[in-house]
Amino acid sequence: MLELKNVSFQVEENGAGKEIIKDVSLTVEEKEMVVITGPNGGGKSTLAKIIAGIEKPISGQILLDGEDITQCGITERANKGISFAFQQPVRFKGLTVKDLISMAAGKQLSAASACEYLVEVGLCAKDYVNREINASLSGGELKRIEIAMILARGTRLSIFDEPEAGIDLWSFKNLIQVFEKMHDEINGSIVIISHQERILNIADRIIVIADGSVRASGKKEEILPELFSTTAGSCKFYKGEE
Amino acid sequence: MDGIQKQMLEEVAGLHEIPAGAYNIRVNGKSEERNTTANIDIVTKEDKSGIDIFIRPDTKNESVHIPVVLSQSGLEEVVYNDFHIGENADVTIIAGCGIHNGGDQKSQHDGVHTFYVGKNAKVRYVEKHYGTGEGTGERVLNPVTVIEIDENGYFEMDSVQIKGVDSTKRVTRAKLGKDASIVVKEKIMTHDSQTAQTEFEVDLDGEGSSAHVVSRSVATNQSEQIFLSKINGNARCAGRTECDAIIMDEACVKAIPQILANHVDASLIHEAAIGKIAGEQLTKLMTLGLTKQEAEAQIIDGFLK
Repeated sequence: MLELKNVSFQVEENGAGKEIIKDVSLTVEEKEMVVITGPNGGGKSTLAKIIAGIEKPISGQILLDGEDITQCGITERANKGISFAFQQPVRFKGLTVKDLISMAAGKQLSAASACEYLVEVGLCAKDYVNREINASLSGGELKRIEIAMILARGTRLSIFDEPEAGIDLWSFKNLIQVFEKMHDEINGSIVIISHQERILNIADRIIVIADGSVRASGKKEEILPELFSTTAGSCKFYKGEE
Repeated sequence: MDGIQKQMLEEVAGLHEIPAGAYNIRVNGKSEERNTTANIDIVTKEDKSGIDIFIRPDTKNESVHIPVVLSQSGLEEVVYNDFHIGENADVTIIAGCGIHNGGDQKSQHDGVHTFYVGKNAKVRYVEKHYGTGEGTGERVLNPVTVIEIDENGYFEMDSVQIKGVDSTKRVTRAKLGKDASIVVKEKIMTHDSQTAQTEFEVDLDGEGSSAHVVSRSVATNQSEQIFLSKINGNARCAGRTECDAIIMDEACVKAIPQILANHVDASLIHEAAIGKIAGEQLTKLMTLGLTKQEAEAQIIDGFLK
């Protein structure tokens, strides 16, 4: 349903162009859950932003159900069915949790309906629904609200940029359940950028991105042993044990 | 009252019909309708234009509406309203002024409101300003609010000016006694070539007194805003002033917070921030399917809510 063909992206650095994404081609199938992993600074988040329309590639094509969306802006892509959960959620003075979930759902929700999404991400809804999305919320709380917004959108393609970052271990189990439920119930595809073995374990397919290129792509049985035989294998956090 | 006047009344006081409780509705320089209650008396001043509002001690959960409507182009007036709030009273006072200027002459209303808040009394004061009209005449509002709060009294002021006032200078001065407190929330939005100037000065004279002044404003087009907030801590007290402004287009915003501690146990804080809407806020809302313009409108609505 999503296809990237020979996508490249560069940034200006010291007056010269530096290539961050190098000729990347990949596909995400209908109802597939793909986890993109790889070292920090390898281009994963940039790739997610390119799919959501936040960054524009210098070359290549992005197709959604065969339609070329390369030139479409953020709003247009959102309306065509792409959702994007930020790695670092944004704060808004004055807007409440209910306001944002209503915007995500595309209609004014009752407090009760907004609460359903909050319960899904493990937040006690009545404590949060009328809270402002401001500095009074912790990073972990914002992160869960960010995920609740994606649930409220219920689009055909949902992209999560490091959803585990800032989430404590207790809620981590809940997060896995959220993705599993989404995968089972929502008629759409899911792309998750993650370093966590437990998230890698629920993937239908894993794509490894390093140094701006696709290094490997395949089923977890093929990718995981190789991934953990390298440096990451010695890191317990990477395996979600700490 | 005609249709325009009724619409103004709804904008500034949320009134669709005659309110419950005490009220004085002023239209084009004259008192149009008035009602008093057993606990709240309204008396016309004899030496100058305006009214005295007397609220008996221990009056609970009553309200006073004193909206002003100007729909006659060229009318300029200064009105003095004094509120005498008895001990232990707990009341809501709703003021507000709407100007509809359909002509080419300046219309101006300067309301000078003085509040004497008795011991242990609690007042919520709501003031909303609004201007409209297709005329080229200026719409000017210069409210002055003077507040004296006696021991353990509480005063909360909600001041809103969202649209249509060409020029405003708002002066608020407060003096607080022992354990008295004041909370001021101001919301202003200016557009085109409007100017808005706000001046707060709070004297925390009493032991244990406190003040919290919060201003949120949005300046668009070529409009100009000045926010001046002074808190003087003259005893053991706590004061905080916050100014948060969103600037757009070619607008200009100046924020001058000033805190002065005259006592070693005065604890005073000021915060001021001016900036455009953050790019990441727009991006986030656009990923939810909103256009850039819709995202801006939502952010501003939320900010001024």
